[in-house]
Amino acid sequence: MDACDGPDCNETLKELDLFLDAELSDAARDGIRHHLDGCPDCHSAFDFHAELKQVIHQKCQENEIPADLLSRIERCFDTDFDGDGVIG
Amino acid sequence: MADQSVFAEQAMEYAPQLYSAAMRMTRNRADAEDLVQETYLKGFRSFHTFTEGTNLRAWLFRILTNTYINKYRAKQRRPDESDLGEIEDLYLYKRINTLADASVGRSAEESLMEMLPDDEVKQALESLPDNFRLPIVLADVEGFAYKEIAEMLEIPIGTVMSRLHRGRKAMQKALHAYALERGLARSDTTESATAAAGQEND
Repeated sequence: MDACDGPDCNETLKELDLFLDAELSDAARDGIRHHLDGCPDCHSAFDFHAELKQVIHQKCQENEIPADLLSRIERCFDTDFDGDGVIG
Repeated sequence: MADQSVFAEQAMEYAPQLYSAAMRMTRNRADAEDLVQETYLKGFRSFHTFTEGTNLRAWLFRILTNTYINKYRAKQRRPDESDLGEIEDLYLYKRINTLADASVGRSAEESLMEMLPDDEVKQALESLPDNFRLPIVLADVEGFAYKEIAEMLEIPIGTVMSRLHRGRKAMQKALHAYALERGLARSDTTESATAAAGQEND
């Protein structure tokens, strides 16, 4: 699982963040995909970071929102804050 | 001009996402709840400035982020970016095999999803200073684009990119350290392993 070190590999790894964050142009993304198809080492490194991004996305969510928070928010929507007789 | 009754109808669906982000930002439930409530209050009261047809979710997250930065950042002073130090690229990737060899968790078939406990992933993210934690919360937890994050944090896109890059490496380093600790603690020869580790640290 050593990181690869050819010139193409170095150029490809520089684009790792942009690729995984879907910030590359279509042409640039196709270029990366082309390299990955022929380079198992880079492919493995990209797969690992794609999986890690997914792990962070999933595991940093809260599964439940406190019920009392929801009712606190709902109460805001019925409040006349500035006392002008109009909600809001 | 956007109608306030529309806000109540449309904005509530984003409450779970805003609460998740608020928990990762403030790192405690009481502040997270206050932050989310304040976000809704501000959103409700300034909804007339929202342009209908634009992204309500991004608009709410912008309020959340601004409120956090203005209200909580001063309260929770954290070390700044210079304290992250230099961390090599692909930090965790280059070490994941060593973890497998030391039977700390990852077997050949085990996925990262199974190997990394929820609490350790949250803790690794929350260990980062604000400057690095916020871009990761917005990019990886909430899935915003660089441009949106740059607008929310009022920093250039290049700064978003460099903070994401450095922050992610620091997070990987923390995850690696937790996995090692867990491996030592779970060792079958706990006593001798702990003694050896203790000596090393002294």
